[in-house]
Amino acid sequence: MTPLVPADYLDIFDPLRAGADLRARVLSVTPETGGATTITLRPGRSWRGHRPGQYIRIGVDVDGVRRWRAYSLTQRTASADGTLSITVRTLPGGLVSNHVREGLAVGSMVMLDQAAGDFVQPATVPDKVLFVTAGSGITPVIGMLRNHDFPDAVLVHSAPTAADMLFHDELAALQAEGRLHLVTRFTSEEGILPAERIGDVVPDWQQREAWVCGPVGLLDDAEAHWESAGLAELLHTERFRPVVAATGEGGLVTFTRTDLVIDTAGDRPLLDSGEDAGVLMPSGCRMGICFNCVSPLTSGSVRDLRTGELTTAEPEDPVMVQTCVSAAAGPCSIDL
Amino acid sequence: MSQRSTTTARPVALPNIPALPEERHLASTSRPDPIAHLSTEDIEQIGRELDAMRDEVLSTRGARDAAYVRRIIRTQRILEMSSRTVLLASRYWPAWVVGTAGLSASKILENMELGHNTLHGQWDWMRDPKIHSTTWQWDMASPPAQWQRSHNAGHHKYTNIIGLDEDLGYGLIRVDPNQPWKLSHVFGPVLNMFNAALFQYGIAAYDLDIEGYQNGKRDKKAFRADLSALLTRVRKNATRDYVLYPLLSGPSALPTLAANATANLVRNLWAHSVIFCGHFPSGIQTFEADSIDDETRGEWYVRQMLGSGNISGSPLLHLMTGNLSFQIEHHLFPDLPSNRYSELAPRVQELMERYGLTYVTGPLPKQVASAWAKIFRYSLPNADGEETRVKQLRDALADQLRGIGDKVRERAGARTPSLGALTA
Repeated sequence: MTPLVPADYLDIFDPLRAGADLRARVLSVTPETGGATTITLRPGRSWRGHRPGQYIRIGVDVDGVRRWRAYSLTQRTASADGTLSITVRTLPGGLVSNHVREGLAVGSMVMLDQAAGDFVQPATVPDKVLFVTAGSGITPVIGMLRNHDFPDAVLVHSAPTAADMLFHDELAALQAEGRLHLVTRFTSEEGILPAERIGDVVPDWQQREAWVCGPVGLLDDAEAHWESAGLAELLHTERFRPVVAATGEGGLVTFTRTDLVIDTAGDRPLLDSGEDAGVLMPSGCRMGICFNCVSPLTSGSVRDLRTGELTTAEPEDPVMVQTCVSAAAGPCSIDL
Repeated sequence: MSQRSTTTARPVALPNIPALPEERHLASTSRPDPIAHLSTEDIEQIGRELDAMRDEVLSTRGARDAAYVRRIIRTQRILEMSSRTVLLASRYWPAWVVGTAGLSASKILENMELGHNTLHGQWDWMRDPKIHSTTWQWDMASPPAQWQRSHNAGHHKYTNIIGLDEDLGYGLIRVDPNQPWKLSHVFGPVLNMFNAALFQYGIAAYDLDIEGYQNGKRDKKAFRADLSALLTRVRKNATRDYVLYPLLSGPSALPTLAANATANLVRNLWAHSVIFCGHFPSGIQTFEADSIDDETRGEWYVRQMLGSGNISGSPLLHLMTGNLSFQIEHHLFPDLPSNRYSELAPRVQELMERYGLTYVTGPLPKQVASAWAKIFRYSLPNADGEETRVKQLRDALADQLRGIGDKVRERAGARTPSLGALTA
């Protein structure tokens, strides 16, 4: 039926019903030490569950504009109430992180995506594990620590200062119970621990299956170090940003269905430029992994920001491109 | 911000306009010229002031506006649902009256404040896929994409330019003395009554550009695809209003059918009246075709202001017109959220008066009467010295009859040989 389908009416009364677009109701907003905020969410009945270490994307309306961000899930999966929790580090000038801390009302609705990501534990937990995290990179790991009993786990965590450290008390408690060997590194005093010096603090690191999450530099260094030791298969990394290795030329992008032309920069993903202009861009992980954002390039060229690879399309031969990791390389058209 | 580049790229705004013209192109068809007293610099200054108003709204657009549109959507949905529920008992006359009134109001809200404005892209900035110009559906025959093509890309660009803006009488009705008169225009008032009653189908047929198909300007395949999309919608909407809900009403089937038909009629008449008040009441200017050549941003704004007229009234009236009662503000800023037009109106009026331009506005009955008066007046030719209206009408009628006579004779003549052949 046009124009409205039954869902348009049902959503008014039961936005969390099975079959509705996945949403969640905000149950609590709690400030954490270290400039972070933990929020708990009641997901809609379409929620399919998650594995510790995975992340969700939530769509939050900040001053009327929907913004999507990815956060690691940290709740205990065993908890019977089925609520989700995420911890959002407050970034200076961060639109969503500041809104979550100050403007997100208990009882309000946010949009939600199913859990995603392969930064998880195998079916049986390894005997010896190593976690290397920095800053908010701790969040997927706290999710794992809360849900798995590790026989022998070492966590090397870096934070600027003790006061900035997320989950400080909880990690100290795990350490006290003997469930975790915790190595903290406060970078404002000691500087950043280079990945190749991991052996200084964890002598048996080569016998441990490792999960590393933190800034891009840490991940790149860790991958290089484990690779050079011939242990790449023991390493799992979690990235929230693509590795930008190249820039396009930029140029005028035509969004043909929206009937809009915008001038874009060569180092900016088409996804960001399109969203800023109000185009309904499909999106997902925003780092070139999930392929939710692929859209038809119908003319012109785009450059992959990770590899510098150029993709060119003709109207009679459109190409699907990942808008989250592609920038315009001259004038081009996207069929959105 | 990149907002400027994105908004100027919209079809409703200005493409590639030079800063200052060598000479003015904007030419009103009225004499005396309503903008004769303005210098080129004045016009560009008007443009700058309006740009500043626009930027002000853009910089404050946010949660308050989003909450407004969501509230209207919710109100409309609940009003529609409850009205249709009440109509399940429509064989009792109070239920019929209440349900029909509610359904009419809900269809008006849905069509005007929600449909028209969302399809203009007024809410695209929210990035909510449910409230977006590329996904919104409305309870109208015309498919959104077809309407957007003729309305946003045609009418809002060529507003009130004789020969370019097809909304000036929709190609059937003569509404301006500068449109050449032909005999068929005498049916204008009658046609317009039908148009009012069947407005959603009139709009759909108009958006389809049947004339373009007939004269070969439109791709035949595209036309057929558009036609089939349109017919599918007509069928679905009719099934809902005239089959499904009547059947659900059981013993109230016929009264419900009548209620739905009445609500559609009320919505059509209302939308038609409001829209005719936007460009046809007296005092609103039309422009010559070359006005658009190298038109500057300032000239574009001035044309939009002089080519549109408002309706004065209460906040409820403004809501029920989809804020098209602020037609002047809407034409200046077609993609700003509709709830902002009432805030801009006093400032736009002050600006126009400061520059000696007439801000056309009036209560609904007065504007409707004025638009209808035009439709009656221009159904007849312009009086032109020796050529009185009556004389021109008589001549045209005589021409027409002669034409028919010639055709009849031709046919008869063409048939004679074959008749002869038969008898031979």
